[in-house]
Amino acid sequence: MFTEEIIRVRGIVQGVGFRPTVYRLAKAYGLQGEVCNDGQGVLIRVSGCEEFIEEFVQNLQKQCPPLARIDEVTRKRYEGKSTFGDFVISDSLSSAVKTEIPADAATCPKCKAEIFDPLNRWYRYPFTNCTHCGPRLSITRAIPYDRDNTSMAAFAMCAECGREYNDVENRRFHAQPVACQICGPKAWLERSDNQPITSYMFSMLDDVDAVCTLLQKGEIVAIKGLGGFHLACDATQESAVQKLRSRKQRNQKPFALMAKDISVIEEYCTPSAKERELLESPAAPVVLIQANAGDDDEERGSGRIQFKIRLEKFATEGNQRQIPTEGNPPAVLAPPGNFSQNSKFKIQNPKSKIQNPKSKIQNQIAPSVAPGQNTLGFMLPYTPLHHLILRRMNRPIVLTSGNLSDEPQCIDNVEARDKLGKIADYFLLHNREIVNRVDDSVVRVVGEKVLTIRRARGYAPTSINLPSGFESVPHILAMGSQLKNTFCLLRDGKAILSQHIGDLETAATFKSYQDTLNLYLNLFEHQPEAIAVDLHPEYFSTKLGKQLAHNQYGHGTAVPLLHIQHHHAHIAACMAENDININSPPVLGIALDGLGYGEDGTLWGGEFLLADYRHFKRLATFKPVPMIGGTQAMREPWRNTYAQLISAFDWEDLKQKYKYLDILEFIEQKPLKLLNQLVQKGINAPLTSSVGRLFDAVAAAIGICREQCSYEGQAAIEMEALADTHLLNKKEYFNYKFKFYWSDNIYYIDSYPMWQALLNDLQQATPQAVIAAKFHTSLAHTIVKMVNNLRQKNDISQVVLTGGVFQNCILLEQVTQGLQTLGINVLTHSLVPANDGGLSLGQAVIAAAQLMSQ
Amino acid sequence: LAHGSGGKAMRDLIDDIFIQNFDNPTLSQLEDQARFDLASFIKQGDRLAFTTDSYVVDPLFFPGGDIGTLAINGTVNDLAMSGAKPLYLSCSVILEEGLPVETLRRVAQSMQAAAQKAGVQVVTGDTKVVSRGAADKLFINTSGIGIIPTGVNISAHNIQPGDAIIINGELGNHGTAILIARGELALDTDIESDCQPLNNLVETILNVCPEVHAMRDATRGGLATVLNEFAFSSGVGIRLDEQSIPVREEVKGVCELLGLDPLYLANEGKFVVVVGRENADTVVSAMKSHPAGKDACIIGEVIPSPSGVVFLKTAFGAERIVDMLVGEQLPRIC
Ligand SMILES: [Fe+3]
Ligand SMILES: [Mg+2]
Ligand SMILES: [Zn+2]
Ligand SMILES: [Zn+2]
Repeated sequence: MFTEEIIRVRGIVQGVGFRPTVYRLAKAYGLQGEVCNDGQGVLIRVSGCEEFIEEFVQNLQKQCPPLARIDEVTRKRYEGKSTFGDFVISDSLSSAVKTEIPADAATCPKCKAEIFDPLNRWYRYPFTNCTHCGPRLSITRAIPYDRDNTSMAAFAMCAECGREYNDVENRRFHAQPVACQICGPKAWLERSDNQPITSYMFSMLDDVDAVCTLLQKGEIVAIKGLGGFHLACDATQESAVQKLRSRKQRNQKPFALMAKDISVIEEYCTPSAKERELLESPAAPVVLIQANAGDDDEERGSGRIQFKIRLEKFATEGNQRQIPTEGNPPAVLAPPGNFSQNSKFKIQNPKSKIQNPKSKIQNQIAPSVAPGQNTLGFMLPYTPLHHLILRRMNRPIVLTSGNLSDEPQCIDNVEARDKLGKIADYFLLHNREIVNRVDDSVVRVVGEKVLTIRRARGYAPTSINLPSGFESVPHILAMGSQLKNTFCLLRDGKAILSQHIGDLETAATFKSYQDTLNLYLNLFEHQPEAIAVDLHPEYFSTKLGKQLAHNQYGHGTAVPLLHIQHHHAHIAACMAENDININSPPVLGIALDGLGYGEDGTLWGGEFLLADYRHFKRLATFKPVPMIGGTQAMREPWRNTYAQLISAFDWEDLKQKYKYLDILEFIEQKPLKLLNQLVQKGINAPLTSSVGRLFDAVAAAIGICREQCSYEGQAAIEMEALADTHLLNKKEYFNYKFKFYWSDNIYYIDSYPMWQALLNDLQQATPQAVIAAKFHTSLAHTIVKMVNNLRQKNDISQVVLTGGVFQNCILLEQVTQGLQTLGINVLTHSLVPANDGGLSLGQAVIAAAQLMSQ
Repeated sequence: LAHGSGGKAMRDLIDDIFIQNFDNPTLSQLEDQARFDLASFIKQGDRLAFTTDSYVVDPLFFPGGDIGTLAINGTVNDLAMSGAKPLYLSCSVILEEGLPVETLRRVAQSMQAAAQKAGVQVVTGDTKVVSRGAADKLFINTSGIGIIPTGVNISAHNIQPGDAIIINGELGNHGTAILIARGELALDTDIESDCQPLNNLVETILNVCPEVHAMRDATRGGLATVLNEFAFSSGVGIRLDEQSIPVREEVKGVCELLGLDPLYLANEGKFVVVVGRENADTVVSAMKSHPAGKDACIIGEVIPSPSGVVFLKTAFGAERIVDMLVGEQLPRIC
C-alpha cells in the first residue's frame, strides 16, 4: 500500500546528526520525501510503502544518534498531493527554529578507533570529532549553532574536511567543529619556567605524548582540555600528589582521577553495570565508585586513610593534641612537618585491618588522593587529547580542575600561565579557544539510581522536560543559590539548567556567573518575564536578580521579582524532575541541608514542609541551636558540638559526668566564656535547624574534622565513609533516640536523648565506626517516625527527599526503605543535584506556578 | 537626674555642666543661637560645610573613649572628609531619667577635651530629660559647620581607574573594643577604640596634595561599606590587597573567634583617601609624619571594571567579593 505521512519528532533532535540518520534510513527503505528542522523539532514528510514507513519509524527510534533524545513521535496521514521524486534534507523552516545548543560529548568509539589507526588521516589528532561527539557548549558563542558562531571559526576547513562536512553519507556531515591535522587546532607543550622543551629529554612521539612521560616522572602538568584547564599528576605517586596538594593549597578535598580504560579502573574498584554505563556514556562524568578492599587486607584505596590536615594548626597548638583512647582512635594524629613519601600516618579504620607495609600492591593509589573517603572519583578520557595522553599510561592520573583555590577553572592560555605557573611544571596548551567554562560533572550510583552531584559537562545545557501543566510557562529566570550555583531558564515547557557555576563568593566565579547568564539568555533567546531569587538577602544571586528585575542595567522594562524560600525550592526541584503535575496535591518534602534562609529570618536546614508548587506549610523541623560565630561554625565543626551540648545540657554537669571524654577536654580549651557571650547576647550566633550542622556536631564529637573542615561537608562525608555498614540493618543499632515536641504549631525534633546515648557510647570507648553507623540509622529511623507522626493529621502519600544532606547514601537508602515500608511513595533526585546545584530549577517552577495561578 | 523636675534648679545644674566645660566666648553669651562673623569665614574658603549626626553607644564608656569623644570626633571627621576646616559644633543631649550627674559630667569633660584637641568650639546646645525607658541612658546629637578652602573639591565622583586607595591605620579597633566592653567578653586584650579627630591630618594631606579625589571615614559598616559606596557611585571597581590591609593580630584573633570580618567592623578614627597613583607616595609619607596617620599605607587600587564591585585579593591569590551587606553579617553558605 502506497501512502504518505507527516512525522513530527520532538526532543533533542537538532544539531546532533538526526537529519542525516533520517536521510540514510529513508534511502534504505526507498522512501521519498524530505526532512527539515523547525520550531518544534524535526519534521519529516515521506511517501512510500506503508510497511516500509512503519519500519522506518521503528528504526528511527532504534538508530537514534547517540546525542539525540526522542521525546515524542507523532504521525499523521498526509492528504495532499506530494511532488517528491527523491528524499532530501531541506533547509530549516527558519522562522521559528529554536536550535538548542547540545552538551559537549565524549569521543565516540569510531573517532577513538581512528585516532589510534596509523593508516587513518585522523591518526593522533587530538581534536578529532564527528557528529556523534566533540565539543559543543564549550565552544559556542552565539546562535544559530554553526561553525561561524563557535571558536572553530578561527580555523578554515581544508578541502578534505570540507568534503566530509558536506557529505550527507559521512559521519562528519554538518559536524561544526570538524578539523584535522592540516586545518585544525594544535596542541603544544611549554615549560612553566619558560625554558625551551628539549624533545630528546623524553621518549615521545609528539608534545601530547610527552605529557605521559612527564606524568610518569612525577611532574605536574596543566592541561588545557575541553571546558577548562586541569592539573594532572600520576595518581600513584604520593609525592607528586602531595606536591600538587601543597602547591594548589587544597588540603583535603578529594581529587578526581582519569584512567585510560575500564580495566585500569577495575584494579581499584568494581564498577557496577550502571557505573560502567555512566563512565562510558557520552557525558563521561566523574563517577564516585566504592574503592575495593585490598587482597589480603583493606589497605588499598579503601577504608579510610587520613592524613593530617592542617599542619600549620599544629604549630600553633603545640601540646593540645588529643590523646588517643583505646578503641577510639582520634581521626587526626600526625606530627607536624612534611610527609615523606613513605610516611605511614594512616589512621586505621576499624573496618580495615592492620596495614602491612610489605604487602605493597603495585600502582596503589596515593593515600592523599582521597583522604577520609571510601570512594574514588573516576572518569574515562573524553577527548582525543586525553586518550592520546593516557595511551601509554597503565595507572590512573589525578585530573583536578586547574584553578587557584576557590576560583573557577582557568580557560585561557595567558590566564593559565599566570595563575597556574606556580603549580604546574609544564603546560599542554592548544589554540582552540574555550568560550564557556564547563567543569567535569560528578555522579554517584545508589542502588540502581544515578545521583547527580555536579551537573556540568556532558549534561548542561540539555533541557529538562517539565511536568504537565507547565506547557505554557512564561519566560522565567531563576538565579539560584550562593554556593554550587546554577541558574535556570524556563520556556516552552522546558527547563534549561545551566552548568555548575560554583561559589559566587569569588570575584572570578561571580563574573563567570554573569557571563554565562548573558550567554544563555542569548543562546536560548530568553527574555525573562519574571525573575526568581532565594529569600536570603545576602546571596549575590539574590542581589543580582533584584538588579535585573528592577532593570538597573537599563534595557527593557522592570519585571516581577519573586522571592522563593530555599527549602521549598529544593522540594519543588525534586517534584519537577519526578514529573509531578502542576496541580498535584501537596507532598511532604523533607529538605535537609547546610542552611537556607527561613521565612522567620532564622536559618533553616532540617525541614518537613507540606508543599505543592505554589505554597508550603512548615510541619516539623529540628530544634534550632546557635551557630556560634556564624560562618565560622561551618569551618569549625566543634562549635556545633558545643552548641548542641549546651542546648541540651548544663555544661558544668556534663563536665562532671564525662570528665575524661576527649571532646569535652577539647572544647574546654576554647574560650568558652567569650563564646557563651555570643550566644547570650545574640552576637553573630544565628539560630539554625540545620541537619548539616548536626552532622558536623556528631562528627566532631567522635573525632572527625573536629578542629576544622577544609571543604564544605567534609565532616559529614567522612563520617559516612567511616560508618560500619555491617551494622546498618541491625535493629539494635537504631537506638539513639530523638525526642519530638510540639510548640507554636509545629513539631520539633530534639536531639538531646541522642546526645546522651552518644556520650555514653564515647565513655565506653565504642568505636567511631559503630557510633557513626548508629547515628545514621537512628536519624533515618527518626525521620521515618516523624513522617508517620505527621501522617496522622495530614494526607501524605508522597514524600520528597532533598537537600545536600541527602547526598549521604546511607541516610538516603535508610529513609527511603523506611518510608516505603510505610507504603509511601518516595521521590528522590537523579538528573538534578539534591544540593544547591538544583535550587534554581525549584525556584523557577515555583515562580511559574505562582504566576500561572494568578 | 529626674525627669519632669522642670525646676529651674535642675536646668541650671545641667546647663552649668556644659557651659562650664565648653567655656568659650560665643557660648557664654547665653543667647538662644550662636552668631558668627561672615567676614572671618570668607577669609578661610569659599564654601560652608554643614553636617549632623546622633550618637548612641553601649556602653557609654569604653577603652579609648566614650560617647562624648565619639560625638565630637564623629562630627569633626564628617566635616573634615569634605576637606573642610571644622569650626563650630552644636551639642544636643537627651538623658534618661536616673542617669547619674557624675556620668554626665564625665561625658561633658571628655567632649570638651576632644573639642580642644580637634580645635573646634561647641557654641550652642540643648538638654532634655526623658522618662525611664524612653531613652537608653544618654543620646547626643552634634551638628557642625566648617569652611572648605578654595580649590579643594573632594567627591566620590572624582574617583578614576588607576587611583590608589590609602588608609590611615589599623582597621577594626573601635568595633572590637566596643564588642569587648559591651559583652564583658572574657578577653584580656589592650585593644582600644581609635576614636580621634582627623581634621588636622586631612589638612596635612591637602597641604601636600590639594587634588585628593575622595575621602570618607570608615565608621559604621567599616572599610567594606565605604569602598562599596565609592565603587557604586563612581562606577568603578576596587581591588584590595588583603596582605597590605593593617589589622592588629589581636583584632584578627577576636574576629576569627567571633566569626566577624574586620573589613566590616566600625572605626572612629580611620578614613580612606583616594588619590591619583602619582600622588599616592607623597600622600602616604605626609600621613606617616602625623600621629593619626603613622600606619598609613596603600591598600588597593581602582580598576575600570567590574563596575560597582569591591574585591579582595587574598594571600593565596584568589579574589573574594567584599559585598555591601543588606543587614548584619549572616552566613549564606548552605
Ligand atoms: Fe540548600
Ligand atoms: Mg557620621
Ligand atoms: Zn566521533
Ligand atoms: Zn582538515
